[in-house]
Amino acid sequence: MDKSPLLSIRDLEVRFRTEEGEVTPVRGVTLSVGAGETVALVGESGSGKSVTSLATMGLLPRPAGRVSGGQILFRKRSGETVDLATLPSSDLRKLRGSEIAMIFQEPMTSLNPVLTVGEQIAESVRLHMSLGHAAALKRAEEMLELVEIPNARRRVHEYPHQMSGGMRQRVMIALAMSCNPSLLIADEPTTALDVTIQAQILVLIERLQKELGMGVLFITHNLGVVAEIADRVTVMYAGQVVETGTVGAIFRTPRHPYTSALLNCLPARAQRGEDGRRVVQSIPGSIGPVGDGCAFAPRCSQAADVCRTGSIMLEAEMERSVRCVRWREAFA
Amino acid sequence: MDRSPILLFFRRMFRRKLVLVAFVVLFVIMLMALLAPWVAPYEPTAIKVIRRLKPPGELNWLGTDEFGRDVFSRIIYGARASLGIGFAVVVVSMTVGTLFGLLAGYFRSLDGVVMRVVDALMALPDILLAIFLVAVLGASAFNVVLALSIVYTPRVVRVVRASTLVIRELPFVEAARALGVSTRRILSVHILLNVASPVLVQATFIFAYAVLAEAGLSFLGAGVPPELPTWGTMIASGQQYADDAFWVVLFPGLAIVLAALSLQIVGDGLRDMLDPKLRKAL
Amino acid sequence: MSASPLLAVEGLTKHFGRAPHLVRAVEDVSFHIAPGEVLGLVGESGSGKSTIGRLVLRLIESTAGTIRFEGQDISKLPERQLKFLRRNAQMVFQDPYASLNPRLRVRDIIGEAIDAHRLASGAKRTERIGELLETVGLPASHMSRFPHEFSGGQRQRIGVARALAVEPKLIVADEPVSALDVSVQAQVINLMQDLRQRFGLAMLFISHDLDVVELMCDRIAVLYLGRVMEIGSSEEISQRPRHPYTRALLAASPKADPDAPKIRRMLTGDIPSPMAPPSGCVFRTRCPMATDECARSVPKLRSAGDGHKFACHYDTANDERPAAA
Ligand SMILES: Nc1ncnc2c1ncn2[C@@H]1O[C@H](COP(=O)(O)OP(=O)(O)OP(=O)(O)O)[C@@H](O)[C@H]1O
Ligand SMILES: Nc1ncnc2c1ncn2[C@@H]1O[C@H](COP(=O)(O)OP(=O)(O)O)[C@@H](O)[C@H]1O
Ligand code: SF4
Ligand code: SF4
Ligand SMILES: [Mg+2]
Ligand SMILES: [Mg+2]
Repeated sequence: MDKSPLLSIRDLEVRFRTEEGEVTPVRGVTLSVGAGETVALVGESGSGKSVTSLATMGLLPRPAGRVSGGQILFRKRSGETVDLATLPSSDLRKLRGSEIAMIFQEPMTSLNPVLTVGEQIAESVRLHMSLGHAAALKRAEEMLELVEIPNARRRVHEYPHQMSGGMRQRVMIALAMSCNPSLLIADEPTTALDVTIQAQILVLIERLQKELGMGVLFITHNLGVVAEIADRVTVMYAGQVVETGTVGAIFRTPRHPYTSALLNCLPARAQRGEDGRRVVQSIPGSIGPVGDGCAFAPRCSQAADVCRTGSIMLEAEMERSVRCVRWREAFA
Repeated sequence: MDRSPILLFFRRMFRRKLVLVAFVVLFVIMLMALLAPWVAPYEPTAIKVIRRLKPPGELNWLGTDEFGRDVFSRIIYGARASLGIGFAVVVVSMTVGTLFGLLAGYFRSLDGVVMRVVDALMALPDILLAIFLVAVLGASAFNVVLALSIVYTPRVVRVVRASTLVIRELPFVEAARALGVSTRRILSVHILLNVASPVLVQATFIFAYAVLAEAGLSFLGAGVPPELPTWGTMIASGQQYADDAFWVVLFPGLAIVLAALSLQIVGDGLRDMLDPKLRKAL
Repeated sequence: MSASPLLAVEGLTKHFGRAPHLVRAVEDVSFHIAPGEVLGLVGESGSGKSTIGRLVLRLIESTAGTIRFEGQDISKLPERQLKFLRRNAQMVFQDPYASLNPRLRVRDIIGEAIDAHRLASGAKRTERIGELLETVGLPASHMSRFPHEFSGGQRQRIGVARALAVEPKLIVADEPVSALDVSVQAQVINLMQDLRQRFGLAMLFISHDLDVVELMCDRIAVLYLGRVMEIGSSEEISQRPRHPYTRALLAASPKADPDAPKIRRMLTGDIPSPMAPPSGCVFRTRCPMATDECARSVPKLRSAGDGHKFACHYDTANDERPAAA
């Protein structure tokens, strides 16, 4: 058995050229996704989750964005391992949609409004398998059945706008599954959906993942969703991975002060104060500009002088890693 | 969208540079028009029959017309009238158009009537409507301004109404209503401030159209009386000599093209700069 | 308990559009809010939460029903007689970007509230604006900034300051924390809790997040397709829900706890279109216990004691189960 993970991102750095100069929204992302495993990537808005996933897919906006450091190692079905960061774009395009697939938050913008959903799935199927038109449409219908769309036979002929948000997200998933990927990257696939529909989609993704043995990188900022779906969790803050661990470890014994503070912000973890009122903890301020030392220092209750100089390394041991110089003291 | 980075870069540079150039050109034209008595080498009406239809040369840089008047000087004075008329049209159509656009967009009850009139006016080709109106009203600078304002006001109404319809549904307008802020203030502060940029862009385009339309009207003899030097009347009265003395029509024509083009480029530039979405995309 | 309510809504109904495209956004909704009380409105998108908020503040006209504010029916008063409502009831919005006029400085955004009711002028006005900013945890010196110079959470605070400027008794908060990150959401929740305590504010707190509503509210009303399915104290609704929809909603909300049971039972299908709501009980197309009776007759809200009411033909707590088919 091959024990190397399906996807292994090491020290990824991504830069963007903007009118105000160069920015580095991702500057130290290390994570891995094994076959058949679901890894949740969590973090606040702007922490670099989407940029990480776009870099992995080779979909960074050109020419503004580029991978400026690190590796994105992906193990292909053939067993060969390639670095997606340096792979020629034609090879990347071949991998995308055959071995790596992606679904996004807003299904409407990723579907073509003038083609029926059946045509769109059939097109993608034909790109990767040599099937005739009718056979491809038949396969599209099967894909819709796979994602539990009722009346699949009729609905292959519908246009995206005729469907509800939840149905469109199912179509997106069908589209992603149509080529049988070994890695699925899902960027906030349920954020725009209602809770009852979100529950349906989560259960669907989990089922497909089990059946097809895919690795899933699931991006979200909803910690409830993380607890629901993930095997392991990677927490990002200001462009860096600050902690990684199994879902149980992260929720029960967080090591990074940010992870711990984030969990305490959950309304469900509100504590009764002296006056009997329930209050949630909050993290003061918001993600600020990054400078020397720990990016979280301005908001960290454990911050000390050692935190404000040099660069803080991601300490790894066994299944866990944490980027904090004081984690041992902080949770002693 | 895989656009070549080099192409994108040049497009961007070119865009900005062009806007800057257009802006400078406009500024120079307007300055010359304002300072005409000091800039123009001759009186625009000084007749010198012996120097009739002389080609461009040392004495008359852009030649003379059929009465021996200096073409360059007349272009400078003509700019006053042409740009003046254009500017007056902009002011009138902006004011009236913004008012009706705001009202139509904000009050559903007025919308039907206002938009029906607007649609009717916009169904006719601009220049035909203008000719008709001048024919009815009589040819004078004032009536040309009036006619062109009637022609262009509906465009402004449309733009303002469309923006108003969007803005009035935004939460900050709802917040103002919940606070009991007067309707007048909602219109004049919350909505007007936010439609200002599309209206400004529209203003530069209308300026350009009005300059062209004034020339067109004069050329067709439905504009200002020929005594008043405008770029349009210069071409109109010079056209019969154009075969032998191209300069009589060429230079006023160039002036029109230069002014109108610069206005349009500035308008495009403004739109890009004021639209945050486009600005991001750049 | 029986203090006269600040807000009492009876049979509130709102339809949008005309016959073939008639949207029944709100249908016969009744509730009341006592002074200083916080009522939560939960439901999925399109269930009519925002519409109710706007009806209550008379930002849109109701189709039927009465809205009593401090005893007076305001549902049909003309705008010029609504000064007292505008002075006493305010709104906080979901979208921290669209809810502040991008062209105005913070000073003018908040000042507008003060001017509309002539509450202060000159130096007093400036002082008051500074005070309001400090109340919501922003430095007074920020008053000459424009909205785009603030983060989402800070903008939300400005929106709250604007609402507080008139010293209202009621605030309609339409998903005030839904667009914010968890850490910022916690800041704003705490701010609103504090203000509630300090000023004795009553609130109609709209949200689709049950955890947030449970934390913030004294009582909760659960909406589905514009109808109230269940209403009762926060504790009752979250610990002893009686309506199948409330239960489904609770079961579908993911718990941030890896040891909690995973979502297994869930609702199938989509929310029906409010243009063609199902006959009888509107929830029946997705209800796991629906019977023929549910298609025939509309269940009335019935009491489960202590102000807890629910609209279902069957009361599982009392073993009133539908006969097995
Ligand atoms: N095309 C771009 N040009 C410049 N900066 C960008 C671009 N795309 C993203 N960024 C910046 O990169 C940073 C990370 O953005 P990213 O979209 O990855 O955040 P995210 O973690 O996915 O947040 P969210 O939860 O809001 O989706 C942000 O500061 C963002 O402004
Ligand atoms: N101005 C409007 N015109 C037509 N339909 C509307 C309008 N506002 C809301 N609706 C409809 O009313 C229903 C309830 O909407 P809303 O109150 O916004 O729901 P919620 O806030 O619970 O998500 C929805 O079906 C919505 O589409
Ligand atoms: S390194 Fe210091 S500032 Fe950063 S998280 Fe650890 S304790 Fe806090
Ligand atoms: S009345 Fe019937 S359909 Fe409605 S909730 Fe009760 S059991 Fe379900
Ligand atoms: Mg993102
Ligand atoms: Mg809403």
